[in-house]
Amino acid sequence: MNKKTSFNWLGAIQIGLIGGVVALLVSLIGMVEEFSQRDIISGVITMGQTLIVIAILMAGYFAASRAAGEAATMRAISGALAGLVASALLTGLVVIIPPLNLRSIFPNASPALINILTFNQETVVGILYLLITGAVVGTLGGLIDILPAQIRRSVVLALFWVGLLGLLQELIRVTLTNMPQVGAALKWMFGSRGLSIPGAVAVFIVVAGGNYLWAARGGQVQDRFRALPPTQRRASQWGGALVVIAVLLYLPRILGPYLSEVANIVGLFILAGLGLNIVVGFAGLLDLGYVAFYAIGAYVMGVLTTNAIGQNAGQIVFGPEFSFWQALPIAVGAAVLFGVLLGIPVLKMRGDYLAIVTLGFGEIIRILALSDFLKPYIGGSQGIVEVGQGEIGNFVFGTPQTLYYMIFAACLLAVFISWRLRDSRPGRAWKALREDEDVAQAMGINLVATKLLAFATGAAFSGLSGAIFASKVGSIYPHSFNLLFSINVLALIIIGGMGSLPGVFVGALILAGLPELLREFAEYRLLMYGALLIVMMLTRPEGFWPEATHRRELHEEFGAEGEPRAEIVKTPGGAR
Amino acid sequence: MAILELENVHSYYGHIHALKGVSLIVEEGEIVTLIGANGAGKSTTLKTISGLLRPREGHIRLNGEDLSAYKAHDIVSKGVVQVPEGRRVFGRLTVTENLEMGAYTRSNASETAQAVERVFHLFPRLKERHNQLAGTLSGGEQQMLATGRALMAYPKVLLLDEPSMGLAPVLVDSIFDTIKQLHREGTTILLVEQNARMALQIADRGYVLQTGQVVLNDSAQNLRQNETVQKAYLGIS
Repeated sequence: MNKKTSFNWLGAIQIGLIGGVVALLVSLIGMVEEFSQRDIISGVITMGQTLIVIAILMAGYFAASRAAGEAATMRAISGALAGLVASALLTGLVVIIPPLNLRSIFPNASPALINILTFNQETVVGILYLLITGAVVGTLGGLIDILPAQIRRSVVLALFWVGLLGLLQELIRVTLTNMPQVGAALKWMFGSRGLSIPGAVAVFIVVAGGNYLWAARGGQVQDRFRALPPTQRRASQWGGALVVIAVLLYLPRILGPYLSEVANIVGLFILAGLGLNIVVGFAGLLDLGYVAFYAIGAYVMGVLTTNAIGQNAGQIVFGPEFSFWQALPIAVGAAVLFGVLLGIPVLKMRGDYLAIVTLGFGEIIRILALSDFLKPYIGGSQGIVEVGQGEIGNFVFGTPQTLYYMIFAACLLAVFISWRLRDSRPGRAWKALREDEDVAQAMGINLVATKLLAFATGAAFSGLSGAIFASKVGSIYPHSFNLLFSINVLALIIIGGMGSLPGVFVGALILAGLPELLREFAEYRLLMYGALLIVMMLTRPEGFWPEATHRRELHEEFGAEGEPRAEIVKTPGGAR
Repeated sequence: MAILELENVHSYYGHIHALKGVSLIVEEGEIVTLIGANGAGKSTTLKTISGLLRPREGHIRLNGEDLSAYKAHDIVSKGVVQVPEGRRVFGRLTVTENLEMGAYTRSNASETAQAVERVFHLFPRLKERHNQLAGTLSGGEQQMLATGRALMAYPKVLLLDEPSMGLAPVLVDSIFDTIKQLHREGTTILLVEQNARMALQIADRGYVLQTGQVVLNDSAQNLRQNETVQKAYLGIS
């Protein structure tokens, strides 16, 4: 077969080119240089280099898996070839940049970038290094493909954790200083700017080994757990939940003020995400104007509690100076009211039309907040300052570490409500509504009440989140409530898994937590969202921690038994 | 007293006058069929009964009670349940979950479990596939599921909209067998069918609709013999 000689190489070259283009792209938009400030493994590899390595590693892996069925050596060679091609593209960059001076088009095509790409060597030597590294990394990618599936999974997971811990080492160290004993014991793991080499090796071994053992033996543990009598199983589940809650309660002490602040931001996103999860995930109503309720919660809290009536730049004329606790229910109530009010006109709208109209609502609220018309009441572009803080006795929810508890309690409440609603009659009605509105009606479900309940509950959580946000920041401005917030919250639900409660936590940690922790990411936030969403849709369309229905649909756990999936599509409106 | 009665019902889609004074009655335990060409107003009649369309004139009565004041979901809990045209099962839910959705108007869990058993007894195929996603069922099975889902509410009147649509002849036979069995068990059925031959074989009485009006109304047997019906709907010349 000539397949072995021609097809194979072309495929590897093609994938190598794709990998190379990705590596070029991340270099030219400045990510590589920007990220080189941070080491993953101290003195060995920086985050910027990791980006390129990942691109080439993936190229090698895919090239090798495309050659599936060939001998192992051929697959490794395919990987090497792809890696070589990818790095060859990068060397092109190294050659072109100095004479052509591309900086007018690509401001990031700087000498510093060339230094990174050539390992700080002379051009010729550097190019050689780069090509060799590319080939080696590509081969490693190919080797990953050759490994048996289970070992491969363990290795990839371990590499991921090494990368993650390396990325977050600064924060981990801050945390460790709050726990002196543990900190001292783990000091050897960290170098000056990243993981130390022994630390990285240790993480790799522990994660890979642990994962491999769990895969081999975990089944038995699960079986034994399943074999437990229901009461014991429930007890142990509750026990587990209590341990998690206890750890979470203790967390701010370990985290310190900065990380607690990050946790609070994540918490507010979780709260908003739980609300939108009801609207979009449970009831299937695509709401792009979700920020409106967050803004209403925040503004009501601001107007009712501000101490700066008439004296701040905004010249607010009305301010009853309520306490935080008096204002909180009013803020949530106002959000619910608007949730219903905005819900009524869109009752008959579906899908895209609903999304467009709600998008408009979000903008209307923001523009109203900015308007001169409402300026005497809510401060216009100057916003509201000196928003009140919650206090119980002498305990003031002012610092990040104290606010943490308030947000924690709010999240707990929202999770509880979501969880109970999901398994109740309204939950079933939402599910039917999400699947097929007309049939839901034919089942005797009151569409108006069901939709409005979803909008109202979603708005309540969002309003609560906004109200706490206002109190946390102490001042609110219209520009905090833009479309990006709605998109953030929607993206975190999609990434976590639509309709899944744990998914909201995972999504918020990834989309709200990581950009806070890794400041370098902030600039590329939207790019990362886009890339992450595309990769998710290709590899894990149901989200990181999906709800059962959704996982079933996309992975067909239940036997399709040869029935064409097209059957679903044929049913008009049966599946969206 | 008739269980379901339509008296001079007029329905509109916007300005289009779709039903021009339809009157019909369904007695308890009967199968009554509505036959007619495309656009004659068969499905519109069902939509009007189930409350998705409001009649502008006329009355719809269930056991003498006027239904026009009720919304669609209330009419379901009154006992008039429709099996929508084109099956429309909840594709991403399992067979059992679909059935449970049908019992939405009844909140009693043990009653629901009983109703599920009854449907499984009626459609053993569904029992075999109770854990399968409804979207992966075959067309015939989906029709069974859609029918079973409507039965979950123990309807006083079951409205069947084109149950034979898009099904292979052998499946059409089995669907009609089930309708006959439901009839034997005492379910009152209003059946809308394009397949007039099949419909008139199992029905007690029939109404022929033409451009929004009832043009003929007789026992099914007489309708089968009727020359106009034979020409227009049964393909006999």
